[in-house]
Amino acid sequence: MAYVPLADRDAEMEMHHPHSFIEKYVWSQDHKVIAIQYGSVAVFTGIVGLVLSLMFRMQLGFPETTDFVDPNFYYQAVTMHGMIMVVYFLTAIFLGGFGNYMVPLMCGARDMVFPFMNMLSVWFFLLSVIILMASFFVGGGPTGAGWTLYPPQTAMEGTPGHDMGIILMLVSLAVFIVAFTMGGLNYVVTILQYRCRGMTLMRMPLTIWGIFVATVLGLFAFPALLVAAIMMLFDTLLGTSFFMPAVIEAGTALDHNGGSPILFQHLFWFFGHPEVYIVALPAFGLVSDVLSVHARKNIFGYRMMVWAIIAIGGLSFIVWAHHMYVSGMNPYFGFFFATTTLIIAVPTALKVYNWVLTLWEGDIRMNVPMYFAIGFIFTFIHGGLTGLFLGNVVIDLPLSDTYFVIAHFHMVMGVSPILVLYAAIYHWYPKMSGRMYNETLAKVHFWLTFLGAYAIYLPMHYLGFLGVPRRYYALGTTDFIPQSAQDLNAAITIAALIVGVSQILFFVNIIGSLKWGKKADPNPWGAASLEWQTPDTPPAHGNWGAELPTVYRWAYDYSVPGAHQDFIPQNVSEAEEPTVSDEHFDPDKDQSLADV
Amino acid sequence: MGLIKTVTEKPWERKGVIGGMRPEGAFDTESERVALVYFLVIASVVFSLFLVSYYIRMELPDWQPLSEPGQLWFNTGLLVLSSVFFQWARNIVVNEEKRNLYTAFFGAGVFAILFIVGQMVTWENLQAGGYYMTSNPANAFYYLMTGLHALHLLGGLWVWSKSSIRLLSGSEPKDIKLSVELCTLYWHFLLLVWLVLFGVLANT
Repeated sequence: MAYVPLADRDAEMEMHHPHSFIEKYVWSQDHKVIAIQYGSVAVFTGIVGLVLSLMFRMQLGFPETTDFVDPNFYYQAVTMHGMIMVVYFLTAIFLGGFGNYMVPLMCGARDMVFPFMNMLSVWFFLLSVIILMASFFVGGGPTGAGWTLYPPQTAMEGTPGHDMGIILMLVSLAVFIVAFTMGGLNYVVTILQYRCRGMTLMRMPLTIWGIFVATVLGLFAFPALLVAAIMMLFDTLLGTSFFMPAVIEAGTALDHNGGSPILFQHLFWFFGHPEVYIVALPAFGLVSDVLSVHARKNIFGYRMMVWAIIAIGGLSFIVWAHHMYVSGMNPYFGFFFATTTLIIAVPTALKVYNWVLTLWEGDIRMNVPMYFAIGFIFTFIHGGLTGLFLGNVVIDLPLSDTYFVIAHFHMVMGVSPILVLYAAIYHWYPKMSGRMYNETLAKVHFWLTFLGAYAIYLPMHYLGFLGVPRRYYALGTTDFIPQSAQDLNAAITIAALIVGVSQILFFVNIIGSLKWGKKADPNPWGAASLEWQTPDTPPAHGNWGAELPTVYRWAYDYSVPGAHQDFIPQNVSEAEEPTVSDEHFDPDKDQSLADV
Repeated sequence: MGLIKTVTEKPWERKGVIGGMRPEGAFDTESERVALVYFLVIASVVFSLFLVSYYIRMELPDWQPLSEPGQLWFNTGLLVLSSVFFQWARNIVVNEEKRNLYTAFFGAGVFAILFIVGQMVTWENLQAGGYYMTSNPANAFYYLMTGLHALHLLGGLWVWSKSSIRLLSGSEPKDIKLSVELCTLYWHFLLLVWLVLFGVLANT
């Protein structure tokens, strides 16, 4: 019986070819359009987060110039910056953006399993962003409780946005989780069920493994945030006391009684720590593929990479309380969580070694994506090592709530994923748009971003060692903070402004290249994975033309001895590309074959 | 074990087409069922986290146990009947029969609606008895968890109503077979969740 791919057998998969502009670009059910919509909304939100950070950096570096930043706005800005960057920008762009774009293409499917639900997902995401942004325009402004939203101060009179701001934040998060769940179900089921013929799980590119495990993590972790948000909404709106303890505010006892703020912290971090990996795992996957393609080598230790992704995913659920060492806990718990935290460094370090070994003796092409990918290895090692410091209870206690923590998590889950994001955008841009960008401009963008990121975050480690606390509107005059720390703060602000402004280069480049960029080759980097083998560039609706591809090999056949080119696409059969195996390769005899 | 075998395979050694009618590792069932099962896992996580929170919050000194109204036993009976009727409807469509399908399928939905109405009556009675949501965390958890369960049922009823319309507008049993099967699975799941919730609430 002839092979009929699942994707072509289901009645539901009759392609909904768009008939009008609105169907094509607004209410689109095409995963590629949805990916761009997701990405655009996420980038817009990210720009808001970036501008907020520049505003509070101005306050920290040059307080005399920033009349518009009062203490309330400062807290609102840091809160919104944190939440936007972690949830609405990074999560959304990696899973909503790259997840949507890559999953069907790399798996060899025509689209997601449930295109309509996929469309709903992006519109719910937009709704959540609108609700979040609305909080800037309501009385009291957005919440300023810190992105972790710890009770009881979220609901206290002294916290900016304690009335409407926090309610909108919680509702927005709940809507986001609904959107994520609809998208996530799609990615998981598509990866499991809609792979093309021959695409075994272990032939999937690491990008797909990263997205798959991250989505599974998200689907388990976001419920904790949902549960916490619902209970906090009840506390705020209806006056229950799930989290709110008895509080006397300005001499008056509030109506709450007996609630447990620590319970909220447990729920929040049960979501919050896997969230780090929800962002990091897709980044790990994407960067593995970028490194492999531009080093013209198969990824070193593919199976180990897959196991590491799964191990990190599993371990990420038993480390959450390392965010709560100073909240008060049984010392044995502290010991347990410190141990698991250090254990998770093992598969993570394994990945780093494998990336470096992928570069080892590779035929490295220093294309723009490779700059960002190698930059990522630096920043990730850097942020990862400071994580080992903070994972230990005794070192964490004095460093808690200092700039050291800020430096650590910005290096490891701010700068590093964003470098991967740029690597990925520069890598797949030719396929997504059909155009090439300006390489020089992109390299200038890299150096400004990479060196600028170090100029911002390296000094913060020293500030942290000095004991400079985070989340302070102004440091005032104290004995332990010398004038040089203030000067350092000013320097950090200057670096932040330069890095912030230099991102304009990126937007000029990718938007300008849509019009002026030269036409891109369908596979400009010579990549073996399936998304580069589409008949059209950018891929047309339905991705594969009349017939779905068949996969004959893994995604990393680079520099195979005896092959016609230095890569063999996944959909090239052995009959078309007879190759000799490594062991039997005789350079003298087989060189002529390799030269063909 | 299949999973271990899968992830220990050496993809650089295996060339050629692997897998037959469907990609290796795919489940031999409809995608909708895979998605629903996955959704049930997520819903279980949500309910479990509420229960964990319930037990943690219960330890604190201001907790006053709520004595659950006896009517919950009656409501539980309604939900059991709803599940039984769904199972009946499922057996009918799986055997590609039509007899009694209307009774079974509509009966299942009607019992589910009656269950929700029953739950609302218990909320009313509790309110009337002075057991407000804000007066004690035990009450708050009661309203929250039963409400969330009812919301899940409402979601199921939305799918049930869509299939009902299809059935009334002349669809053949085989056309709504998958829908009936998935509704049945979902209802059994929600019955199980309810039995756990009820068990916990009644014993604490």
